Amino acid sequence: MSQLLPPLGAVLPELVLAVSAIALILIGAFRGEGSANLVTGLAIAVLAAAGVLVLLQPGAEISAFNGSLVIDPFGRFMKVLVSIGALVSLIMSVDWQAREKQAKFEYAVLVVIATLGMFMLVSAGDLIALYLGLELMSLSLYVVAAINRDSVRSTEAGLKYFVLGALSSGMLLYGASLIYGFTGSVNFLQIASIAKEPSIGLIFGLVFLVAGLCFKVSAVPFHMWTPDVYEGAPTPVTAFFASAPKVAGMAIFVRVLIEAFPHVSHQWQQIVAFVSLASMVLGAFAAIGQRNIKRLLAYSSIGHMGFALVGLAAGTAEGVRGVLLYMAIYLMMTLGTFACVLTMRRKGQAVETVDDLAGLARRNPLMALMLGALMFSLAGIPPLAGFLAKYYVFVAAIQAGLYGLSVVGVLASVVGAFYYLRVVKIMYFDEPVDAFDPMPTELKAVLAVSGLFTIFYFVYPAPLIEAASVAARSLF
Amino acid sequence: MTDWPILSVVTFLPLVGALFILVVRGDDDVSARNARWVALWTTLVTFLVSLLLLPGFDASAPGFQFVEKKAWLGDLASYHMGVDGISLPFVILTTFLMPFCILASWESVHKRVKEYMIAFLVLETMMLGTFTALDLVLFYFFFEGGLIPMFLIIGVWGGPRRIYAAFKFFLYTLAGSVLMMLAIMAMYWKAGTTDVPTLMQFGFPSGMQYWLWLAFFASFAVKMPMWPVHTWLPDAHVEAPTAGSVILAGVLLKMGGYGFLRFSLPMFPEASHYFAPLVFTLSVVAIIYTSLVALVQEDIKKLIAYSSIAHMGFVTMGIFAMNEAGLQGAMFLMISHGFVSAALFLCVGVIYDRLHTREIAAYGGLVKRMPLYATVLMVFTMANVGLPGTSGFIGEFLTMLAAFERNTWVAFFAATGVILSAAYALWLYWRVVFGPLEKEKLKSMMDLSPREIAIMVPLVILTILFGVWPAPILNMTSHAVNAVVARTDSVAGAVKTALLLSF
Repeated sequence: MSQLLPPLGAVLPELVLAVSAIALILIGAFRGEGSANLVTGLAIAVLAAAGVLVLLQPGAEISAFNGSLVIDPFGRFMKVLVSIGALVSLIMSVDWQAREKQAKFEYAVLVVIATLGMFMLVSAGDLIALYLGLELMSLSLYVVAAINRDSVRSTEAGLKYFVLGALSSGMLLYGASLIYGFTGSVNFLQIASIAKEPSIGLIFGLVFLVAGLCFKVSAVPFHMWTPDVYEGAPTPVTAFFASAPKVAGMAIFVRVLIEAFPHVSHQWQQIVAFVSLASMVLGAFAAIGQRNIKRLLAYSSIGHMGFALVGLAAGTAEGVRGVLLYMAIYLMMTLGTFACVLTMRRKGQAVETVDDLAGLARRNPLMALMLGALMFSLAGIPPLAGFLAKYYVFVAAIQAGLYGLSVVGVLASVVGAFYYLRVVKIMYFDEPVDAFDPMPTELKAVLAVSGLFTIFYFVYPAPLIEAASVAARSLF
Repeated sequence: MTDWPILSVVTFLPLVGALFILVVRGDDDVSARNARWVALWTTLVTFLVSLLLLPGFDASAPGFQFVEKKAWLGDLASYHMGVDGISLPFVILTTFLMPFCILASWESVHKRVKEYMIAFLVLETMMLGTFTALDLVLFYFFFEGGLIPMFLIIGVWGGPRRIYAAFKFFLYTLAGSVLMMLAIMAMYWKAGTTDVPTLMQFGFPSGMQYWLWLAFFASFAVKMPMWPVHTWLPDAHVEAPTAGSVILAGVLLKMGGYGFLRFSLPMFPEASHYFAPLVFTLSVVAIIYTSLVALVQEDIKKLIAYSSIAHMGFVTMGIFAMNEAGLQGAMFLMISHGFVSAALFLCVGVIYDRLHTREIAAYGGLVKRMPLYATVLMVFTMANVGLPGTSGFIGEFLTMLAAFERNTWVAFFAATGVILSAAYALWLYWRVVFGPLEKEKLKSMMDLSPREIAIMVPLVILTILFGVWPAPILNMTSHAVNAVVARTDSVAGAVKTALLLSF
C-alpha cells in the first residue's frame, strides 16, 4: 500500500510547480491578452516558493515512487540553483517584454513547466524519470526559443534547437534502451550493482547516453546549436537557456554517471575528459572572433561547461564538489552578465555587438565596473569568484592524476582570458559611443547582487563550499 | 608586541582609501583633487604604519613574525600572514614607493583621476599581500589579483600602443602563473597543506620536485622577467604612465625574485641545484644580450627597461649561486634596484611631462637649463651602473662574488655586463644632459619644481646612504637568507652522500 501511495511530501516542490503551472494556464486563458503581467508575477512567486520549499526539506535522503525520484542533498543543491536561474531570468524578462511589445503569458507558464522538468531531471533515480524530466524541460525550451514567432531569427532558433534536440533525445533513448537491455534494469542503483564489468553493449549504451547529455549541456562535439540558438532567441530567453537548463543538465550528467556507473568509471572518464578538453579549447578559441555578444557568451558557456566537466572527469567526491561549486558560481556570473546584455538598448532598439559597449566606463561607471568584474571572474582571475570555481575543479583533477587535462585546461583559460579582456578593453580603453537607455530597476538589482557576489565571494566562501561538500558526499 | 593584526592593517589599508574615493562624489575638478589627496594620505599613512613593523621586528629570530592565522577556505587554505627578513624589506619598499607614484601622477594624469587612484591603491594591497601571505593559495590570490589593476593602468592611462602592451603584459603573466597554480594543487595533495612554513620543511620526492620547480619557474621567470620571456616588459614600460613604470620596475619585478627565494629554493632544493646551470645560462644571456639591446634603444624608457632585465639577470644569478653572498646580494640588488630604477623612471617622467616625448634624440644639453635635474639624474645613473659608493654597487658586487665561487665563467661573463651597463647608461646620460643646447623647445625648459624636488631628495639620500652603509638591509635579511642557504646546503650534502654511497 505504501508503494501505491508514495510519500507526496517529498515531492512537494514539484507538486507546487505542476499545479501552479496548470492554474497559471487557466488564469491566462480566461483573462486573455492583458494577463501577461499578472501571470508572470504569479510565476515568479511560484518559482520562489518552490525554491524555498526545497530549502525547507529535511536533510536526509528520500526515495520516492519506487526509486524513480531521489530527494537528496545533491538534488536539493541543484534545485535551488535551478529555481534561482529560472526566477531571475523571468524577472529580467518583464521589462524586455514590455519594451518589445511581446507580452505573452505563455512564456511565464512555459518557464514554470520547464522548471518542473528540470526538478524531475535533477532528482531522477532511473532512466525513465530521466527521460520524462528531460523531455518536459526540452519541449518547453523549444517553444520558448521560438516565442517571438514573428521574428525569423527566433523561429529559426527554435526550429534548429528542436531538430537537433530531438536527434539528441533519440540518441539518449537509444543508449538508455541498450543499457536496459544489457543490465535488465532502469534504476540507477540496480544498474550499478549489475554493471560491474564493462561489456560492449553497456559501453555502447553509455556512449549514446553521454552523447545525449552532452547535447543538453552544450559540450563539444554536440555544441553546434548553442551559438545560433543563443543569438536567435530573445535575450531573456537566452539568459534562461544559459542558466537553469545548464545546471539541470549538468546535475543529471553527474548523477547518472556517478550513481549508475561507478564500476565502469574508467570507461566514461575517458569520454568525459575528452569532451571537457574539447569544450575548453573550442570555447576559448572560437569565441575570439565573435562580435555579437550573445554568440560570444554562447562560446563562453561552452568553455565553462568544459571546465565544470573537469570535476566530473575526476570522478571523486572532491570533483563533484567542484562541479557543484562551479555551477553555482557560473550561474551567478551568467545572470549578471545577461542583466548587462539586456540593458544594451539605444533609443528603444536592442543592440548586440561587443563594440556597442565602447567607453561604457565613462557613460555608466558602475555598470562597467560590475561587468568588468564579471568578465575577469569568467576569465578566472583571483580574487574573483570565478577563480575559486576553477580552483576547486582543477584541484580535484590534479588529485585524480589528470595532469594533461589540467595543463591544457588552464592554458585554454589563458586563451579564453583574451576575449574577456577584450570586452574590458572596449569598455575601459575605447572612446565612448552614445549612452544606453536607462537601466530598469530589476536589472540593476540583479547586476548589483551578481557583481557584488563575484567580487566579495572570497571574503566568506565557507557556507557555499560546505553546502557543496555535503551535496557531493550524498552521491557517494 | 602589539596584539592588533598589523600586517592585515598594512595590507588592507589602501583598500579602505580606495573605497573612500569610490563613494565620494562631486564634480570633476573637485573630486579629482579630493581623490589625489585621499590617495596621497592613504599611502603615507600606510607607509607610516608599515614603519611600525621595524621596531617590533627581531632580525635574529628564526621563522616568521607578526603571524596571523585564520580559517578561510576550509581544508584547502587558511588566511595566514607573516613576515621574515626576506619579505619585510619588500613590504617597506612597496609602501615607500607608493606615495612617490601618487605624487608623480599629480599633474600628469588629468583624465579619470578617481579611477586611477583607486587602481593604484588596489594594486598596493595586492603587492603587499603578495609579500606577506604565508599560504600558497593566498599568495596566488594576491599575485594574480595584481594583474587586474595593472592591466587597467597600462590600458587606460598608457601611451599610443597601450592596448597591445596591456594585453601582452596580462596574458604573458597569466600563462606563466596558471602552471604554478597546478603545481600548488599538486603540492596540496602531496603534503596535505598549502601552508608555506610547513611546506618549507616538507621534503618533496625528487622526481616531483623537478616538475614543481619548473611550474614555479614558468611563473617567476615571466614575472622577473628572464630572457627569453622578457619581451612584455619593454612594451609595458614604454606604454605605462610614469607611476605605472615606477611600480612595475620597483615592485612587480621583485615578485619573481621573491618567489624564487621564498618558494623555489627552500621547497625544491634538489631541483634548484639541478636546474642552477640553466638559470646561470639564462641569466648570463640576459645580462649581455639585454645590455647590448639597451645600447641601441632610441626611447629612454625602453633603454631603462632593458637595463632592468639585465639587473634582474644579476639577481637570478645571485639567487641560484645559493650561498650567503649570492642571496644577500640578490636581496640587496632587488631593494636597491627597486628605488634606483623607480627614480630613473621618475626622472624620465620629469622631462616627459615638459616635452611629451621620450626619444633620446629630442634632448641634449639639458644641464644648461636644468642643473639640479642633471645632478639628480647623474646620481641615479651612477647607481644604475653600479659605481662604488652608490647602492647599486653592493648588490652587483656580492652577486658576482657569489657566482665566482660557483662558476668562474658565469662571473666572467656577468662582469662584461657591468662594462656594457656603464656604456649604455653613460652614453644615455651624455646624449640627454650634455652636448650643445640647440633645440628650440629645450631652451624654455624649467628645472625641477618643489614637488619634484620633494620626490627626488629622499631617493638620492637613500641611494647614497645604502651605498656607503649597507648594514641596515644586510642585517635585516641575513638571518632569513642564511636559513634558506642552510636548507639548500643540507640537501646538497645529502645528494652528494647519496651519490657516493651508490658507487
